[in-house]
Amino acid sequence: MSEGAIKKFMFVNRKAPYGTIYALESLEVVLITAAFDQDVSLVFMDDGVFQLKKGQQTKGIENKNFSPTYRALDGYDIEKLYVEEEALAARGLSEEDLLVDVTVMPRAELGKLMDEMDVVLSF
Amino acid sequence: MLHIVNKSAAERNALDSCLRVAQGGAILLIEDAVYAATKGNEAESRLRDAQSHLKIYVLAPDLEARGMQDRIMEGVTTVDYGGFVDLVTEHKNCQSWL
Amino acid sequence: MSTIEVNGKSYETDEEGYLVNLAEWNEEVGSYLATTESVEMTDQHWEVINFLRDYYNEFQIAPAVRVLTKAIGKKLGADKGTSQYLYDLFPYGPAKQACKIAGLPKPTGCV
Repeated sequence: MSEGAIKKFMFVNRKAPYGTIYALESLEVVLITAAFDQDVSLVFMDDGVFQLKKGQQTKGIENKNFSPTYRALDGYDIEKLYVEEEALAARGLSEEDLLVDVTVMPRAELGKLMDEMDVVLSF
Repeated sequence: MLHIVNKSAAERNALDSCLRVAQGGAILLIEDAVYAATKGNEAESRLRDAQSHLKIYVLAPDLEARGMQDRIMEGVTTVDYGGFVDLVTEHKNCQSWL
Repeated sequence: MSTIEVNGKSYETDEEGYLVNLAEWNEEVGSYLATTESVEMTDQHWEVINFLRDYYNEFQIAPAVRVLTKAIGKKLGADKGTSQYLYDLFPYGPAKQACKIAGLPKPTGCV
């Protein structure tokens, strides 16, 4: 990364938490990226919207519950969280079910946003 | 932008998600995703709809490895590895869908 | 894995001396870990340690230094929300040393 140049990074999250490692890996990379003062956006689409569901309790599966960490993103100056409107609807979820403030957006709008990025990373 | 998909459309939703979101640019199908660009498969009609606003490419070595080079659907362009690199450099950005 | 012994009880640590099980932490363990870092604990040190533990309980991560500094300034006063203040207390890095003393894992993104 060349010093001083701020790039637009987008992390696209499409997997449910816990079943695979992707959600947690993405979150860790996001936190690391935050240290480089880049312009970071997070997108949650498809099953990825489940990552933000309130009330996750992981004791029974002996996994770390990393959902509270999404609430720390604000302190890391990561404030651009976008959620696919159609994905929420298809899963019987609404904005009130999510544990952080997000911008709910139709997928066509997300696509336009994606086009504007310098770097898009899939998880 | 360039969207790269490498999973079978019959098994995973990566291609469908990509098609729903992508507003323009190109899609390159590689590895198991190449089946989607062949005649008579279930994803063909969805790719056909997408051709109105997206250019579709298939990686020839992957198509050939699977013996599917004889049934590539119309309007899809095959590229070799060099063409793959050209596509990446021609576009402002790209996403490899998981 | 290795272990440390405090008041006759042994605790597991990783190869860098970070406590493995966060829940086992208590002030005696914290004090012991401080000696391994050659940090002499004062009320100001404990204030930061307790802040870190609260932060971890709420967000399940150890904050990056920049985030810690900002959050401390908000909670404990602007005079304390500077890296100078935190480095005076924890010369080898507030995130690294203070996290270890607080029984937290190494901060994500801390190389």
